[in-house]
This record gives sequence, structure tokens and C-alpha cells, in this order.
Amino acid sequence: MSWTALADGIAAACLVTGALLALVAAIGVLRFPDVLTRMHSATKPQVLGLLLILVGLGFRLRDPGTIGLLAMVALFQLVTSPIASHMVGRASFRAGQVRRDLLVVDELTDLLADERPREGD
Amino acid sequence: MRPVPKQRRGVTPRARLRVLQLPVVLWLTLVWVALWGELSAANVVFGLVVSIVVCLVFPLPTLPMDLHIRPLRLVWLVLRFLGDVVVASVEVAWITLRFWREPRNAVIEVDLETSSDFVLTVVAEMVSLVPGSLVVEARRSTHTLFLHVLDARDTAGVDKMRSQVYALERRVVRALGTETQRLPEGGTP
Repeated sequence: MSWTALADGIAAACLVTGALLALVAAIGVLRFPDVLTRMHSATKPQVLGLLLILVGLGFRLRDPGTIGLLAMVALFQLVTSPIASHMVGRASFRAGQVRRDLLVVDELTDLLADERPREGD
Repeated sequence: MRPVPKQRRGVTPRARLRVLQLPVVLWLTLVWVALWGELSAANVVFGLVVSIVVCLVFPLPTLPMDLHIRPLRLVWLVLRFLGDVVVASVEVAWITLRFWREPRNAVIEVDLETSSDFVLTVVAEMVSLVPGSLVVEARRSTHTLFLHVLDARDTAGVDKMRSQVYALERRVVRALGTETQRLPEGGTP
């Protein structure tokens, strides 16, 4: 087996697995009951899914310049996605978009309720 | 609450110069060159100009960092993180596909042991990237994170998640070498 065939095989495996993870994420967004639970689906399998797809592309394209670009995409995705999901999660929790009946432990709601009168802005 | 410096208006020329942090400018230039995909003098010069303009237009406070990076610990941190991401991705996929059962979630408070803003940021980022946990609230004043945990099930699951975050914090501190003295004795490396 030649080196290119091996690389193509790895690329195919990575691309298919990554695409499957993206599919599971889509199912999760449809199926889960509230915003926060959906956020898990919308943001998370993508981390590994996207990384696998980028690795797959790297193995298939085999061009140093492109690989640098792919690494950049991976880096920015990893740095920015937690911030986006945090902002959405924080806003939806404070707006009460949470199915509290599905929480087994909630250590934040009471704390926020105590603080609310003191918040000026 | 620690006072947050507010000195945006009436910035003195000196403060303006301090905004130009050399590592940031170099990093932005590198990104610029990589995005163009070609290392040429014109690209580097123009990248430098763009980086300096970006730093002047969007000034960020300097993050006090007292780093002593330990390469082996850092490699271990990254490998362990990738392993966690793979395991947790499979778990979340399984929870998603188990249509007959609603997930039992939890919102938990994790009070970090260190008091470094940098460690707080890194731990929050890494916790967010691992599937199954989401940071809903972060307190800089007390270095506390509030996490939404997917399918924690019961208090045992909550305790497990909490100890995982503490273990992650310990790995981060050991890898980056900030405030190692604050860690409790013992524990896993």
C-alpha cells in the first residue's frame, strides 16, 4: 500500500466520522428540551467533528500552506466557540429559559435571586 | 469585587504605547501572513501595519502572567484534554441518541483553588470545549465557575464532575507553573 493510499484512507475515515458527529449534533438540537441542553449539542460534537474534518482535509490535500490555514481554523474555532456558548448559556439562564424540573442540582438560581435587588445596571 | 481599571477616556500617549504589546503584534502579523499563505516582504510589512492599527483600535488590558511552562506537563495536559474530548463526545452522542430517556441535568458551582485570572480563563475554556459541560456564569471576584452539566443524573454524578474540574485545574497549574504553591498537597499528577 502506497503512502498516498494510506493518507486517503485516513482522510476518508476522519471525514465520515466528523460528518456523523455533526449529524448527531443536529439530532440533539431537534430533540433536547431546553436551550442549555441544546447548546451542548450545538457546540460540542462540533469540536471533535470539526477537528476530524480538518485533519481529514489535511491528509487529503497534503499542501503545507493549506495545512497552516486549517490549523488556524482549528485554533480560532477552539478559542471562540466557548465564549459564544458561554454568552448564549448565560443569557438564557438569566432569562429563565431553563427546564428547572430536569435539573437534579441547581446551585445558581438562588444565588442570582439574592443578588438581583443589589444589581444597579 | 476587585476594582476594574477604567481608563478608556483620556488615554495618555504613554498608556497608548503600552497598548502595543510586542508579542500580540508579532502574533497578529503571523496570522496575517498565514492567511495570505505567502511569506513575502510586502505581506510582513502590511501585516505589521494592520496589527498595530488593530492593537490601537481595540486596546486590551495586559494580563498579568507569571508563566513557567513545563513542557512535559503541557504535553500531558494537551493529550489528556484530547482524550477527554473524544470520550465525552462519544458520551454526549450516546445521550443524544437515547431517545427513550430525558437527560437529568445539573447546574453546579465550582470554586477554583487558585486566584489567577489566567488559570480561570484557561480552565473555563477547556471545560467548555469538553462536551457535556457548559459555563453559564463565571465570577472573576471569587474565581468561581458555574457549570451546566448534561445528564449528571444524581449527586454522585455532580461530585464526579466537580472533581474532574479540580483535576483539570491542577493539570493546568502544573503545566503553566502559575501559583503551584496554592495547590493542596498530594493528588494525581
